[in-house]
Amino acid sequence: MNEPADTVGSLYPTLIVLLPLLGFLVNGLAGRKLASETVSGIIGSGAVGISFLLSLLVLVDLTGRPAESRAYTVTLFEWIAAGGLAVNAAFQVDQLSVMMMLIITGVGFLIHVYSIGYMHGDPAFWRFFAYLNLFIFMMLVLVMADNFLLMFLGWEGVGLCSYLLIGFWHTRKFDTGGYPRGAATTPDAARKAFVVNRIGDVGFLVAMFMLFDATGTLDFGDVFTQAPARFTSGEPLIVAITLLLFLGATGKSAQIPLYIWLPDAMAGPTPVSALIHAATMVTAGIYMVARCSVLFVLAPVTMEVVAIVGIATAFFAATMGLVQTDIKKILAYSTVSQLGYMFAGLGVGAFTAGLFHVMTHAFFKALLFLGAGAVIHALHDEQDVTKMGGLKKFMPGTYRTQLIAALAIAGVPPLAGFFSKDEILWKTFSEGSVVIWGLGWLTAGLTAFYMFRMMTLVFEGEPRFGHDKHPHEAPATMLIPLVVLAVLSAAGGFLGIPHALGGGNILETWLEPVFERSSRILPPSTHGSLATEYVLMALSVGIGLAGVILARKLYVSRRDVVDRFATRFSSLYALLFNKYYIDEVLDAVVVRPVKVGSQRLLWKWIDAGIIDGTVNGCAHALTALSTVARKIQTGNVSNYGLAILIGISLLLGFIIAGWNG
Amino acid sequence: MTVESLLILVLALPAAGALSVLLLGRSSVAVVKGVGLAFSLAAFAASLAVAFAFDPSAAGFQMVSRYPWVDTLAISFHVGIDGMSLLLILLTTFMTPIALLASWNSIEKRVKEYVIMMLLLEAGILGVFTALDIFLFYIFWEAMLIPMYFIIGIWGGSNRVYAAVKFFLYTMTGSLLMLVAIIWLGYQGPLQVGQSFTTDLVKLYEVGPLLPAQVQLWMFLAFTLSFAIKVPLFPLHTWLPDAHVEAPTAGSVMLAAVLLKMGTYGFLRFSVPLFPAATLACIPWLSALAVIGIVYGALVSMVQTDIKKLVAYSSVSHLGFVVLGIFALTEESVQGGVLQMVNHGLSTGALFLLVGMMYERRHTREIAEFGGLARVVPVLAVFFMIVSLSSIGLPGLNGFVGEFLILVGAYASPYLSVWFAIISSTGIIFAAIYLLWMYQRVFLGENLNPKNGSLKDLSTREVFVLVPVVFLIVWIGVFPGTFLKLSGRSTQELVNAFRRATSGVSADAVPSSGVGAESAPRPLTPPVR
Repeated sequence: MNEPADTVGSLYPTLIVLLPLLGFLVNGLAGRKLASETVSGIIGSGAVGISFLLSLLVLVDLTGRPAESRAYTVTLFEWIAAGGLAVNAAFQVDQLSVMMMLIITGVGFLIHVYSIGYMHGDPAFWRFFAYLNLFIFMMLVLVMADNFLLMFLGWEGVGLCSYLLIGFWHTRKFDTGGYPRGAATTPDAARKAFVVNRIGDVGFLVAMFMLFDATGTLDFGDVFTQAPARFTSGEPLIVAITLLLFLGATGKSAQIPLYIWLPDAMAGPTPVSALIHAATMVTAGIYMVARCSVLFVLAPVTMEVVAIVGIATAFFAATMGLVQTDIKKILAYSTVSQLGYMFAGLGVGAFTAGLFHVMTHAFFKALLFLGAGAVIHALHDEQDVTKMGGLKKFMPGTYRTQLIAALAIAGVPPLAGFFSKDEILWKTFSEGSVVIWGLGWLTAGLTAFYMFRMMTLVFEGEPRFGHDKHPHEAPATMLIPLVVLAVLSAAGGFLGIPHALGGGNILETWLEPVFERSSRILPPSTHGSLATEYVLMALSVGIGLAGVILARKLYVSRRDVVDRFATRFSSLYALLFNKYYIDEVLDAVVVRPVKVGSQRLLWKWIDAGIIDGTVNGCAHALTALSTVARKIQTGNVSNYGLAILIGISLLLGFIIAGWNG
Repeated sequence: MTVESLLILVLALPAAGALSVLLLGRSSVAVVKGVGLAFSLAAFAASLAVAFAFDPSAAGFQMVSRYPWVDTLAISFHVGIDGMSLLLILLTTFMTPIALLASWNSIEKRVKEYVIMMLLLEAGILGVFTALDIFLFYIFWEAMLIPMYFIIGIWGGSNRVYAAVKFFLYTMTGSLLMLVAIIWLGYQGPLQVGQSFTTDLVKLYEVGPLLPAQVQLWMFLAFTLSFAIKVPLFPLHTWLPDAHVEAPTAGSVMLAAVLLKMGTYGFLRFSVPLFPAATLACIPWLSALAVIGIVYGALVSMVQTDIKKLVAYSSVSHLGFVVLGIFALTEESVQGGVLQMVNHGLSTGALFLLVGMMYERRHTREIAEFGGLARVVPVLAVFFMIVSLSSIGLPGLNGFVGEFLILVGAYASPYLSVWFAIISSTGIIFAAIYLLWMYQRVFLGENLNPKNGSLKDLSTREVFVLVPVVFLIVWIGVFPGTFLKLSGRSTQELVNAFRRATSGVSADAVPSSGVGAESAPRPLTPPVR
């Protein structure tokens, strides 16, 4: 893994990570005094922009090397060492981490620039950029770490930034849409995100204990080299390790059962939703599973769980997305659903396909969120799609970019989403099962439908917002990132054109060495026939288009059908709108019992009642005893004298007997 | 100046400071405080010099001095340090000037006595961490009770007398049993090898493990009970919330940061090395209490309405981690435990400093009285956030390093089922819940209480108090090696000695690699459980 150090090889990766940290420190410590949006914005965006350029140079450097030496490690210092444990602060550069670095810094840079416009006038402008830079730093640590523990630092670090940024406007209330009705504030949402993520993080932690116990190291290189010999396929220990790692992934990447925090996370400013809760942080779970692919393929049971949880999440989240009225909630459920696709891909062993979708999704989902932000901005913080409409003519630039993004996510060829989603669907069919493919196929239809329901409600028809609002096109700092992302959403798929369509699948070839070891363990690919692949491709394009057309038809001209449907099936509607009441159930089954139990049983009963009661009881008993004993203290000197005499004699006797004997 | 006298200087400076303040006569309050602070800073400087003179690669005790004291009983003034005690000495001398500076304005009555008590407290604690004679240790152990009792009882809150007496009696109960055990050990131990009464710890290290298992068990229990009360280990913890709530800020800081560590230090210095067979027998029980403490402390902390009580219960949880690390008895876990003592001292010490600063402004610690403070006192809010994150165990800050080493070591420990580590890991979820929930209710949202509207943000003095602590919180998170290296050799010796001593006792103990094999590699395959 270790390459001779040269400037590009060793210095650039370090700079890529440290520049955003520097940006955080400058804005965080001096931002208030600088008191200049321009300076804070330039520092924040500039740090990430330079990181992006350096990442490009690293990519160029890698492509210039022979395929087998495209992975190396840059060690900074020894981080934690005790007993047999030795963990370095060391970064790993390889095909996979470079891809993630480019997504993070590239999309991150665009969102930083966008934020200069979006956050204009906010009193804590500087703090926003400080947090964003800290996030980029942590995310880079996560994907560049060369060992589990450093990855965990990034892993929890991005969770912290997510917490800080969801609650950025901490005095604001936000509408949870469901539970608890109207009572929540942004800090509630932030805390929920942090705590739910921590539940997953404990899984990650325990998996690390097991790995260290089993292999004596936490370095990726050592663990993955040892793993095939150390674990027999499917043995309970490796199943436990991978399931626990996957628990961590379900937290960070909002999968069943830990997805509940992501919809609430929309309480944060929209650029945050775009960067953290769509394009980058939530894909950390996918990255982690892909990075640990060797471990996962050694546990076929876990792979099945990953595939099933992924596809189930994709489907259920899409159903919830159908009925939401908050534009950001629609996008949030869409994100959960798309992440589910990625896990389904990983679960059937299609690691490259999953990562391909990570990339294209980063483009079009960031674009959708930023577009939503432009709309929200134009309508003075209105997020309800039923109160929008007709924005096409007010914001033509935004509309066009959004259309590209929506078509991309709906899987319309030749946009990026088509290639990546189709790749996953094809693999679920050829390597997985018909059921998984079928659910994925249905979800594709639902996706197209809810996305064009949103597009229609926002941009088509007559305006439904108040006359006091005068929507306007977004300023250049916001519009330019939209355009760049639109180009990427349109063209990004060409990196992965499948062989069936005569493409070279550049990405697959690029990432092949990363998954070489795991592909040797996986059962050989079944390679379905070319004809089947074409049929399935046609089917998924078909259901996508059907969704698009149906949504437009219903929401442009036949709203009455929608309304009748909603009344007829009001309980189903409520079930979906309230995310299957999972928050209510969790509150009743877990949160409340723990709180009440801690308060009444542990604190009042055991702590104050039993333990302190015993202590105080003993004290009172002693007091009572002393009251009796006090009677000996007669105040009569001769009585005291006698007592002293007896005492001294006993003591002397004891000493003489003791010392001599 | 020899290195030995350097250590003596560290011990003498606080006591000399107390004496100087006493002799000051009718000086102004500022002079009294200034002299006190100067001596405590001098002690810190001297302890830094000790740290630089310390050789982390050398075995055994260093900078040992020995002066005959009670000749007839062979008791001597015998002091010295190893890596573990060095870290705690540094923590003590670091926190004392901070505590003094923090209470600069809040102590208004009997300032002179207060400064004397603080310096005597420091002297007593330093004695505890350096004593190599168990009788001398006992003297210091008891002596530091007195200044602490007065600090709570005189400068404390409204219910201070109850709290002070409870603190005193709780700890006295344990210490008396320990005294009996010390005398018994002084007789019984040397008898094994035909020597006469001794309280010399270095000699007792040789003979303690030779005692019959039954005798070891009773002595172990007597020592350990006393230490467990001080830690405090569940269910002996109920003196702690009362003591904290009633103690003045500086008292709470010293109590949390340093005093509690005397208990965990006692485990490392006495319980484990003197009575390995008994330790082995008691590991599951003590570890179970530690794990219960971790979860129980966190849950009870979550439902507190008083911030100081919340922090006090969180200590029960955090110290549970330390105890688990010590009794898991792997190099990783003990290193983690020792580092976590320092971490807890910094983080919880800083939390008490911050709560104290809030109390000085609002004269309440009820969470419900606050809200939206981040807008009013942004600097205080930032400090509180960083310190909370450290206490939560966020990677990159100090708390994580200690907790991770403890848990990874406990999981791999040949003496414990893996469930101890797994259940303890849930503690980090609860820590996030109780601290962030409290933070939210105090600092975030709209400020609805007009009494909070005009609060002043931190003064320069207060920032000056907090910055060194926060600096260390970050430093240990990023470069824990600075401190792990100091204690590495000592913890390794402790674990190796324990393995050697118990290798014949229990079938599932790790086979000894023989005397002299200082760095027996940890077995890489999981032991049979």
